[in-house]
Amino acid sequence: MIEIKNVSKTFNKGTVNEKRALDNLNLTINDGDFITVIGGNGAGKSTMLNAIAGVFPVDCGKIEIDGVNVTRDPEFKRAKYIGRVFQDPMKGTAAGMQIEENLSLAYRRGKRRGLGWQIKAEEREIYKKELSRLGLGLEERLTDRVGLLSGGQRQAVTLLMATLKRPQLLLLDEHTAALDPATAATVLRLTREIVEGEKLTALMVTHNMKDAIAIGNRLIMMDRGSIIYNVSGDEKERLTVEDLLHKFEEASGTEFSNDRMILSR
Amino acid sequence: MSGLLLVTQGAISQGVLWGIMVLGVYITYKLLDIPDLTADGSFTLGGCVCTVAILSGVNPVLATIMGLFAGLLAGAVTGILHTVFEIPAILAGILTQIGLWSVNLRIMGGKSNNPLLQTESMISFVSENTGVSQSQAALIVGIILVVIVIAALYWFFGTEVGAALRATGDNADMIRALGVNINNTKLIALSLSNGLIGLSGAMVAQMQKYADINMGRGAIVIGLAAIVIGEVLMNRVKNFGFKLFSAVVGAMIYFLIRAYAIQLGLNVNDMQLISALLVAAALAIPVAMRKWREKAAYTEDDLYASEHAASSEGDKHADRDKGRA
Ligand SMILES: Nc1ncnc2c1ncn2[C@@H]1O[C@H](COP(=O)(O)OP(=O)(O)OP(=O)(O)O)[C@@H](O)[C@H]1O
Ligand SMILES: [Mg+2]
Repeated sequence: MIEIKNVSKTFNKGTVNEKRALDNLNLTINDGDFITVIGGNGAGKSTMLNAIAGVFPVDCGKIEIDGVNVTRDPEFKRAKYIGRVFQDPMKGTAAGMQIEENLSLAYRRGKRRGLGWQIKAEEREIYKKELSRLGLGLEERLTDRVGLLSGGQRQAVTLLMATLKRPQLLLLDEHTAALDPATAATVLRLTREIVEGEKLTALMVTHNMKDAIAIGNRLIMMDRGSIIYNVSGDEKERLTVEDLLHKFEEASGTEFSNDRMILSR
Repeated sequence: MSGLLLVTQGAISQGVLWGIMVLGVYITYKLLDIPDLTADGSFTLGGCVCTVAILSGVNPVLATIMGLFAGLLAGAVTGILHTVFEIPAILAGILTQIGLWSVNLRIMGGKSNNPLLQTESMISFVSENTGVSQSQAALIVGIILVVIVIAALYWFFGTEVGAALRATGDNADMIRALGVNINNTKLIALSLSNGLIGLSGAMVAQMQKYADINMGRGAIVIGLAAIVIGEVLMNRVKNFGFKLFSAVVGAMIYFLIRAYAIQLGLNVNDMQLISALLVAAALAIPVAMRKWREKAAYTEDDLYASEHAASSEGDKHADRDKGRA
């Protein structure tokens, strides 16, 4: 279980660029929750995921993962709980290293790294098996450099890397947004297969409202650094895109002006 | 032995011993993607520490190891400035390098030159016990050291820590998200790199029988030049061990060019300029070639006209081509 209590984050405090990106954020994530996150540009979705991952220190509040207070832990220490896939397919993999090397780096997420050999023979079998799940033929290309792969292939590999060692929480930040529609659909299908198949706990930011409604068991909407709408179960099942737009206008008092969201309904 | 042969042999010996420094530069420049300017200072530091230790009666092997550790410490200083205090890597290296100039003078007791004269060194030891010349002995010791260093680096960069280090240079955001403290990996890389550079300085000082406050000037440029030459000559190699080897070969070629240039009457002091031009050219030529090729390849005509004409009647490219004709 992940507990986020009264977390706020202000960027550039005391300057003209001061921006409170998270404003008293509260959220409880139960084990096995697959939560989709929506909200306009600048609502604070990425900032929330970064705060959970520990990319920057927060100003106040508390973040607990399975009862452990990680609020003051740096990103690399929280990595043992968290798997991440970024929007940019280039960000999640080391381009100059081989596919199997990338996987072996992820296989050791959160573990102490010593002077043992990086890739053991028996691990290769695991990587082959996992890669074959993607259905992209990458299991035959273990020693190819990741830089040779397409954006979609790289994003699929990143997804595999984030879940290779079961994370307590998987953070997906618009991880299909930079891909062409067909590839995005493939990566999204893989995401569902992995998250639902292994009953992972995940937060997925998306600008596609239909996806947000169709996927996962919970949905949260953010605006100005807080969660303004939080639904689960049957109520979420019955949601329509119109409901969400209406909810947004009602809660924030503004017209929904996100082109990407309007377009993708 | 004829003069030219002697010059060649001397240059190769020099290249091999300096090759150890190039391997150090390789770690920071190629693997970590940081041009670390500590090199000029840590090379001299290795030489100073080693010669002072030998002159005060320390066993030459131990003195050489002391040179290595001195370099390691210098690298750690740069590493701490860069990671803990977030000073940009290039500036951190310059700060350490500048500071080391004073430190090196202190170590040599205020003198700018510290001759070994007839005192025993690792190289003179080999030469005396086998009967080979100083320069041949330097070559033998150098080759043994280079083989050991390449083997050790090959092993290290295949380990978990070594792989994390390579990943730090490739994609720091990724490896941090996978649980690696990149401050540690950078610190290890900078220390290791300058340790090798210090070792190289210690060996070069023993070969030339003196340490000099200026012996490391331009070391970083020599390192880059050697790496570039090695890459150009052996651009097909994929194996990491061979890549390291190609950097040492690059160092040998560099010192050969340098020796021949001096034979042809060039001033030793001009070598700094030549090294700088060599590196600048090596980095600039591929860019210039690409731009030139792009320009030369451009044509207003439809390059693929035949394909378009051959395709179906309804093809809009074909229609457009017909229109133009
Ligand atoms: N590192 C930063 N420094 C300064 N301001 C930041 C930083 N990161 C985010 N912000 C600001 O915080 C606010 C929230 O940004 P965030 O990236 O979380 O939005 P988002 O909901 O992910 O939006 P989008 O849908 O565009 O990705 C924005 O106003 C943004 O400009
Ligand atoms: Mg965002």
